[in-house]
Amino acid sequence: MWNMKQLAYGALARRANQIKDELRQGVRKPYKEVIDVFQGDLHGAGMKPLTFVRQVLAACVYPPLINSNNLPLDVRQRAQKELGRCVGGSVGSYSAAAGIPEIVHSISEFIKRRDGGIPSHPENIYISPGSQWSISNILNVLVNREASPRTGVLIPVPCYNITVLSITQLGAVTVPYYLSEEQAWALQVEELQRALESAKGVCSPVALYVINPGNPAGYVQSQKSVQEVIRFAWEKRLFLLVDELYQDCVYGENCEFVSYKRTLSEMGPPFSGTVELASFHSVSKGFLGECGLRAGYVELVNLDPAVMKHIHTIFSKDSCAPVLGQIALDLMTDPPKPGDPSYPLYKQVGPENCTLVINSLPGFSCPPLEGGLFAFPRLNLTPKAVQKAKVTAEMQEDPDTFYCTRLLEEGGVFTSPGWEYGQKEGTYHIRFCIAAPQDIMEELLRRLSSFHMTFMKDFS
Amino acid sequence: MKSMYKITLQLQRCARDITNMSQQAVNGISHRGRVLTLDSMNPNVKRVEYAVRGPIVQRAVQIEKELKEGVKKPFTEVIKANIGDAHAMGQKPITFFRQVLALCSYPALLEDSKFPEDAKKRAQRILEACGGHSIGAYSTSQGIECIRQDVARYIEKRDGGIPSNPDNIYLSTGASDAIVTILKLLVCGEGRDRTGVMISIPQYPLYSAALADLGAVQINYYLDEDNCWSLNITELRRALNAAREHCNPRVLCIINPGNPTGQVQSRQCIEDVIRFAKEEHLFLMADEVYQDNVYAEGCQFHSFKKVLFEMGPEYSNTVEMASFHSTSKCYMGECGFRGGYMEVINLDPEVKAQLIKLVSVRLCPPVPGQALLDLVVNPPQPDEPSYATFMKERTAVLSTLAEKARLTEQIFNTVPGITCNPVQGAMYTFPGITLPQKAIDKAKELGLVPDMFYCMRLLEEDGICLVPGSGFGQREGTYHFRMTILPPTDKLKVVLQKIREFHLRFTQEFS
Repeated sequence: MWNMKQLAYGALARRANQIKDELRQGVRKPYKEVIDVFQGDLHGAGMKPLTFVRQVLAACVYPPLINSNNLPLDVRQRAQKELGRCVGGSVGSYSAAAGIPEIVHSISEFIKRRDGGIPSHPENIYISPGSQWSISNILNVLVNREASPRTGVLIPVPCYNITVLSITQLGAVTVPYYLSEEQAWALQVEELQRALESAKGVCSPVALYVINPGNPAGYVQSQKSVQEVIRFAWEKRLFLLVDELYQDCVYGENCEFVSYKRTLSEMGPPFSGTVELASFHSVSKGFLGECGLRAGYVELVNLDPAVMKHIHTIFSKDSCAPVLGQIALDLMTDPPKPGDPSYPLYKQVGPENCTLVINSLPGFSCPPLEGGLFAFPRLNLTPKAVQKAKVTAEMQEDPDTFYCTRLLEEGGVFTSPGWEYGQKEGTYHIRFCIAAPQDIMEELLRRLSSFHMTFMKDFS
Repeated sequence: MKSMYKITLQLQRCARDITNMSQQAVNGISHRGRVLTLDSMNPNVKRVEYAVRGPIVQRAVQIEKELKEGVKKPFTEVIKANIGDAHAMGQKPITFFRQVLALCSYPALLEDSKFPEDAKKRAQRILEACGGHSIGAYSTSQGIECIRQDVARYIEKRDGGIPSNPDNIYLSTGASDAIVTILKLLVCGEGRDRTGVMISIPQYPLYSAALADLGAVQINYYLDEDNCWSLNITELRRALNAAREHCNPRVLCIINPGNPTGQVQSRQCIEDVIRFAKEEHLFLMADEVYQDNVYAEGCQFHSFKKVLFEMGPEYSNTVEMASFHSTSKCYMGECGFRGGYMEVINLDPEVKAQLIKLVSVRLCPPVPGQALLDLVVNPPQPDEPSYATFMKERTAVLSTLAEKARLTEQIFNTVPGITCNPVQGAMYTFPGITLPQKAIDKAKELGLVPDMFYCMRLLEEDGICLVPGSGFGQREGTYHFRMTILPPTDKLKVVLQKIREFHLRFTQEFS
């Protein structure tokens, strides 16, 4: 599914950077700047960092600021607290391999609060430079390269492409299960079953990777759906890898994030004590959006203690996660409280729901966005249009790549084509981040509409 | 005697913990058994060890907890001389660097008159290169372009004008990340064709850990302890030829200045290694993270790249190489920022395309680390306001380290049974220790490697945490430990004294 396209890997990103450079040098284009919504990069898309977070980090980096009256009292106190936890009082020293112990503890308390009091044990939590690092480490433990048949990992279609890259680079086989686009990307157990069966004779599936809320598709799983997946994992003896990075990005009507950990625990025995689960979160998304700081964590549930010892070694050879990122994680999981001077500023920012606009464009369709940071609309092209696009495209690329390339060149909007994430044969999608500030989103939708109408006319 | 008994008991428990890798099931597990077990997991991962943060450190942390809880011990603190972490040992950060990083973190400070203009200028330039002008945005996987350009310029300046192409620079999450990435590219093949990677003994155990993890074949070449840990081409050749019997040797790793040994390679030696790599068609990995940490008279850092190019196009056009640097060591000691880079030379363009894909799995290196690296390669210049303070701080750090290197060698060599080679560079000493046969036997009885037994006893009796030489590799029948020279001078003197007393006591006890 991904092989043939690998030659084009990065080509779109390189072109986007080129265009940005050209604009910087004053080259005239139909737009003044590129709207970069290619990644789930909130700051890159224009979201401002949280003041409290940045003030604390600055004071930690340069401790003389702790004595400065220009910073609010709670900032200074918090910075002092964080530095007190750093070895030698410096953010420049290594931390323990799993992370600064007090911060790991904060995370466990956060998880416990989030999950209605279900305990979370600090020794099951590892902080890493971004969540993908943890995902990679856990996959590394799961994937037996020497095994025959090869290790398999069930992945959704569409799926976050970086995880797919991790899986294949480790020498494992991806076993796709298709989310149902017609049902707002619902995960159907029958489809999980079909996928598992398709693996017979091909590979030996050991793990099931789930993304909730979704990426690129903007769904939020219902509790019932989460239970079904857990039951399936228990029945079929699969290790659950749950990517919950977007747990703070839920905005759909009647939608609620319920963690796999909580659901697992509430399902009681035999599930709660046996299903092996790794859930991932990070500072990159949500209302912090601190992708560049690189800090995420994994919580491991029901793992074999002997295996945990080896997991510890794997994390320790990586030294530790960047300390500033760890501090940001602490601020995320233990934020200012009502009454703190910085509390009023520390607010959650919800993305604009742009499905109305997208669905109003002919040839575009998108289920209502429930959560996550992306829109993943479908390009409804007639076979004739597909053919015409293929012929016009310089490198005979597929219509979705062609669309994104044209949208970048002509509209100055940098999005990514659906093939990067996987899609049903014969369907085409694009993905773009919807978490930019309102004015940028409005501009984005305006440019998208304008470009789209032209494109559909040219290729009808 | 009672305390000795307690310590022995403690050691026995530790020995059980260390060797006992399979444990009984936890409450709540049904008869079904788990998906992920010792049997089903990646067998390579089971072989991974990393002594620097291994069992002895875990015990040290435990002891620290006990001290906090008020348990009485013969010492009041644990001195962690196991890890090359300068700030942990009290070294102060470079003011200029922290000022710029604070400005990058909270740009409103650009209005604050207390920050010098040169710091503000650097911060503004870095922020301009960041998405949304924020260090919280992703950068490209290879690292922010203008920073890579600065790194290339730094390399050119360092290497007397030899050109460096920013496209060949890859920023990384510490040097370790880049080292593992290159190894991932290089390791392939099955059975007798499996990639062999040459590494010095002793070595920094990231290498052995990475090789175990990747299922590569580790090819050991022994440094010469009797000659200041020097590298011999004859020994390289011996190791290579022996390895050819059972694997496909493709890579040669050098750490210069060395870790744990601290030796600084002569220019001649570097030339010989490059020549050897060309003759034997080996990819060179040059770990140069300690390049500013050179103390001994007559020693000088020569970068592999510089020597390669000075050897002429026959070499500089053909030898494939990667050199590594980091913000964790030298005079910065900023381990917690996880900044680093590698420069690749003569890499096949198709391989570079694969390299881009590999690094994209990490998304990007931490942006504060990238920013810090920019400052390291682009420090205050003589005409800038922060220059004087910067140079003062930098000189103080490096000269203090040099003094501690001398002191360490001097004191250890007064102890009968400890032989310490000169600490020419880096941050560690790796002295040889003579262990009485009775101690070796006792260790075996407890299921411990002799130098682990020695170090555990030192930890329990004096609260000093070192790493046993077995964690780095050593010739059969020899024993060592690695100690950092990082504690503040006064504390270091106490530590050296205590180790001396311990060694004499230990030798006496097992005579």
